[in-house]
Amino acid sequence: MSETAAQTSDVPGAATAGHGNDAAAAGESDVIAASVRGLTKRFGARAVLDQLDLDIKAGEFVALIGRSGSGKSTLLRALAGLDHDVSGELAVTEPVAVAFQEPRLVPWKRVLDNVTLGLRDASPRQVAVAALEEVGLAERVSAWPLTLSGGEAQRVSLARALVRRPALLLLDEPFSALDALTRISMHRLVLGLWQRHKPAVLLVTHDVDEALALADRVLVLGDGRIAHSSAIDLARPRDRDHPALTALRLRLLSELGVPAAESAS
Amino acid sequence: MEEVTVSVQLFTPSVTEDTRVVSDRAWRRSRGVPGRGWLRLVSPVILIGIWQLLSSTGVLPPSRLASPVSIAHTAYNLVVTNSPAYGTLQGSLLVSAERWGIGFSIGVVVAVIIAVASGLSRIGEYALDPVMNALRSIPLLGLLPLFIVWFGIGDLPKDLIVLLGALFPMYVNTFAGIRSVDPKLRELGQVLGLSRRELVWHVVLPGALPQALTGLRLSVVGSLLALVVGEQINANAGLGFMITQAESFLANNIIVVALIVYAILGLIADALVRLIERKALAWRQEFTP
Repeated sequence: MSETAAQTSDVPGAATAGHGNDAAAAGESDVIAASVRGLTKRFGARAVLDQLDLDIKAGEFVALIGRSGSGKSTLLRALAGLDHDVSGELAVTEPVAVAFQEPRLVPWKRVLDNVTLGLRDASPRQVAVAALEEVGLAERVSAWPLTLSGGEAQRVSLARALVRRPALLLLDEPFSALDALTRISMHRLVLGLWQRHKPAVLLVTHDVDEALALADRVLVLGDGRIAHSSAIDLARPRDRDHPALTALRLRLLSELGVPAAESAS
Repeated sequence: MEEVTVSVQLFTPSVTEDTRVVSDRAWRRSRGVPGRGWLRLVSPVILIGIWQLLSSTGVLPPSRLASPVSIAHTAYNLVVTNSPAYGTLQGSLLVSAERWGIGFSIGVVVAVIIAVASGLSRIGEYALDPVMNALRSIPLLGLLPLFIVWFGIGDLPKDLIVLLGALFPMYVNTFAGIRSVDPKLRELGQVLGLSRRELVWHVVLPGALPQALTGLRLSVVGSLLALVVGEQINANAGLGFMITQAESFLANNIIVVALIVYAILGLIADALVRLIERKALAWRQEFTP
């Protein structure tokens, strides 16, 4: 079902060899859902992404944090195939699905038609209804998107990503516009969906706590590269005040350039 | 927001079309309450009452403007009798409505075709949009003498003027509507793997519809205006002919009757477009339940 689509740009010395070594070193059961080598993106003279390397294993939940303008979304857009103006090597396992910061529902299509939009499936309506049931919106299938709350709209957006049975799910700050309570329930929803369907997830966020609550691995993007990587080996749901998380939180904040004294307040 | 351009050369409708949506909703709500809709008739009726009063007391002499009662009487006579000078009112109406229907519908269809062609491709835009904008700036009604030289004094030059009156507002707004579709939704289409055809059908055209319908309403205004002027020149039938005849007989009340019929035509067409808007843009109007 899944195929690997490689998108290669002609960069001198793109690290094709390194890719094979990494995959071998990662262990026999590990399939790579996304692999990035030497990815560079320039806006004028400034390189937002500068020779960035990244691997995401199949089924792995990766959170990517970074300050605004650090290139988090640029990386995600490159993985989604939305930015062709990058150089480097990029391989992703199809199908890839994306949920954006704004839910991007098509306002003139009812909820169900938003989910089935572009869906190549023998029975698109059936799988769409099932996905909407999964996100708890079974009764809103025929609602107009403009009548939904922010949380509902984002759940439709998740259902729309989910029905494509993604091998790689890209989440671009999908909860940042939601209120705190809705965000917590969305975290639970996303974890549940991820545990059931096991796509590889790349969650781009500026919220350290969100990353700590959800991810297997937290990456910090700085100076156009992965500046820091921490694996979190704790069962979910996680206690926010777990000593390991508290320590990691301070570490991540200092990686983001927020000193401990400042973050304690 | 993209520009909403009105290409009627004589008058520019002073209503900003987008603000209508809000008042529309309030209007529908008031209509839901039994009886309240009639309140909208109060001020026009009072105005007609004042007009009648001014006429009856002689302040407004019939040589300037006939009284409402006298005009109603004239209209009645025009319907029931076939006068040698004017024909019947319904006969004239039919001729004018036919000219308008032909010109308006062809104008709108052609405008949509050109707007889709130039809205969806760069090549189309470079080929068509500059030409459309150049033509749009020619004063429409100034073309009429030329059209008569080219196409004679039959219905053809009149149909063409009406067609052009509908064409430009529809084109400009449909084109702008297509171009104003949220690029984020185009991007979404890409992520969802939509083909170009699917993107156009599911995203671009429905997204352009609100502004295209605004264009349609401006087209109603533009084509009606073109009709009124177009058929007053070298016509031998229709409401415009009735007006020219009345002018030579100094029959003011017949001119007023013809103008009122034009106005009614415009109101009916506008109501139809509103109905289409209400059906086609249900997704937007249910925004405020």
